[in-house]
Amino acid sequence: MATQHSRSAARLMISPAVILLFLWMIVPLAMTIYFSFLNYNLLRPGAHDFVGFRNYYYFLTDPSFLIAIKNTLILVLGVLVITVVGGVALAVLLDQPMWGQGIVRILVIAPFFVMPTVSALVWKNMFLNPVNGLFAYFAQLMGLQPYDFLSQSPLMSIIMIVSWEWLPFATLILLTAMQSLDSEQMEAAEMDGASAISRFIYITLPHLTRSITVVILIQTIFLLSVFAEILVTTNGGPGTASTNLPYLVYGQSLLQFDVGGGSAGGIVAVILANIVAIFLMRMIGKNLEA
Amino acid sequence: MARAVTPARKLGFTIASWTVGLVIFFPILWTFITSFKSEGDAVAIPPLFVNFHWTLENYVLVNQRSDYLLHFWNSVVISVGSTFLALVIAIPAAWAMAFVPGKRTKDVLMWMLSTKMMPAVGVLIPIYLMFKNTGLLDTLTGLVIIMTLINLPILIWMLYTYFKEIPGEILEAARMDGADLKSEVLYILTPMAIPGIASTMLLNIILAWNEAFWTLMLTSSQAAPLTQFIASYSSPEGLFYAKLSAASTMAIAPILILGWFSQKQLVRGLTFGAVK
Repeated sequence: MATQHSRSAARLMISPAVILLFLWMIVPLAMTIYFSFLNYNLLRPGAHDFVGFRNYYYFLTDPSFLIAIKNTLILVLGVLVITVVGGVALAVLLDQPMWGQGIVRILVIAPFFVMPTVSALVWKNMFLNPVNGLFAYFAQLMGLQPYDFLSQSPLMSIIMIVSWEWLPFATLILLTAMQSLDSEQMEAAEMDGASAISRFIYITLPHLTRSITVVILIQTIFLLSVFAEILVTTNGGPGTASTNLPYLVYGQSLLQFDVGGGSAGGIVAVILANIVAIFLMRMIGKNLEA
Repeated sequence: MARAVTPARKLGFTIASWTVGLVIFFPILWTFITSFKSEGDAVAIPPLFVNFHWTLENYVLVNQRSDYLLHFWNSVVISVGSTFLALVIAIPAAWAMAFVPGKRTKDVLMWMLSTKMMPAVGVLIPIYLMFKNTGLLDTLTGLVIIMTLINLPILIWMLYTYFKEIPGEILEAARMDGADLKSEVLYILTPMAIPGIASTMLLNIILAWNEAFWTLMLTSSQAAPLTQFIASYSSPEGLFYAKLSAASTMAIAPILILGWFSQKQLVRGLTFGAVK
C-alpha cells in the first residue's frame, strides 16, 4: 500500500508536528542548560560570566534544596499510596452490582475536572481553615481543639488536597481495567470454593497489575510538578516546609530573578523526571508493538 | 453476570458506594450550596445545608467587582483556540503515522511522548524571557501557542490510537469498487475518524481549561484565564466564602459538564492508549 509517493506525502504531513515539538522542547532546554552555567541575574544587567558548575554547586548545597527534594518525594509517594490503595478499593466497590452505578461514577470522577486553583482554595478556606472551616467545626463537635492544618502540617494538607484531585483518575482507570476482567474466571474460582479475599489476591490484583503500573507512572509525572496547589495555599511555607522542587525553581528564578540558579534547578528537575519517564516509556512502547 | 445477586447484597453495595461517592463529591456540592448563601450564612455555626435564605447576590457581585466574563472568555479562547490549532497540526501527522507507517514511526511517536515528560520548570526560564522580550507575556496569543504545544503530543497519540483501529481492508474494498482518493477520504475515512477526533477534542479542551502552571506563570490580568482569576482569591479576599464559592462554581461548572461526557476518552487519552 505504501508507495514511494505516499511515503513522501506522509513525511510532509508529519513534519510540522515534529518541527514544532522540536522547537518547543529542545531549543528552550538547550537555553536552560546554557543559562545554568552563567552568572545571570535579572537585577544585575550587563555581563553574564561563565561560571561552570558553580550554580549547580550552590543549588545542590543549599539546605532548601535537600528539603525541597525530600518534600517532593514525600508528596509524590504520599499521594501515590493514597490514590493507588484507595483507587483499587473504590474500583472493586464500584464494580459490584448496585443501583445507580452511573451516577456514583459521575460523583467519584468529578474532582478530576476541578481546576487545581479552585480545589486548593476551596479546601484551604472552607475545610481546613482553623476558625471557619468545616473540619474545625467537626473537631469542636467532638470536643477537640481545632487544628490549623496548613501551618501545623502543611505538607500533609497538600498531600490530602492533591490526593483528592487524583483519586478519581486512579479509580477511573482501575475500574476500566476491572470491567475487562473475565467474569467466568471469577465464577469458576467461586465454584471451586475460593474465598472473596483469595479471589481478590489471586485473580483481581494480578489482572490489575499493569493498570496500577500505568497509574503510578503517569501520576508520578504529574505529581513531580505540582505547583498551583502550593502557590495558592502555603506559598511553600511556613519557611520551606511545603516547598517542592518546581516551587523552589519558581522562587529562585521569578521571585529572586536568579536566572542562572533557577536554570540549574530546572535541569535537576528534568533529570529526576527522566528517571521516571524511562520506565513509563518502556511500558507504553511495549504496548505499541502489541 | 450469571451469578445470582441477592437484593440484600445489592442494597449493601449500593449504600456503601453512594456513601463513598457522596463523600468524595461533597467539597464540590458544598461549594455549590455555599455560593447561594449570604456571607453571614456561609460561616454560620452549625453549618447550614438547605434551610437558609437562597440568594444569587454573590454571582452578581463577583461579576461586578471582577471582570468574570473577561476571564471566562479568555479560558474559552485559550482552551478552544489551542485545541483547534493543535488538531490542525496533529490530524495529518497521526493520519500519516497510522496509515503509512514507516520504519521510524514508532521512534517518532515515543520521542513525541518524551517531550510530554519534560517538567515545565525545565523550560520555564527561556520561555518566560522569550515571552518578556517579544511582548507575549499576558497575551492570549502567547498562551494559545503554549497550550497548543503542551497538548500536541497527547493529541497525536490519541488520534493515532483511534486511526489505528480503522481497518485497512475497508479501504482496499473501496478501491476495488473504484473509489478514487477523494471519495475514499470523504466518504469512508472521515466518517470513521470523526468520533475519535471529537473525543480527542473534548479531552484536550478539558486539559487546557484546567492547566495551571503556564497560565499562572505567563498571565497576570488582561489574558488571565479562570485558573489565574481564582488564584487571586488566595488573598484574604478568599475568606469571603460565598463569593469564593460563586466564583469557583462558575469556573468549574462548564468543564464539569463536558468532563462527565468524556470519561471513557479520558482513560485512553491520559494513558496514551495503554489502558482502553
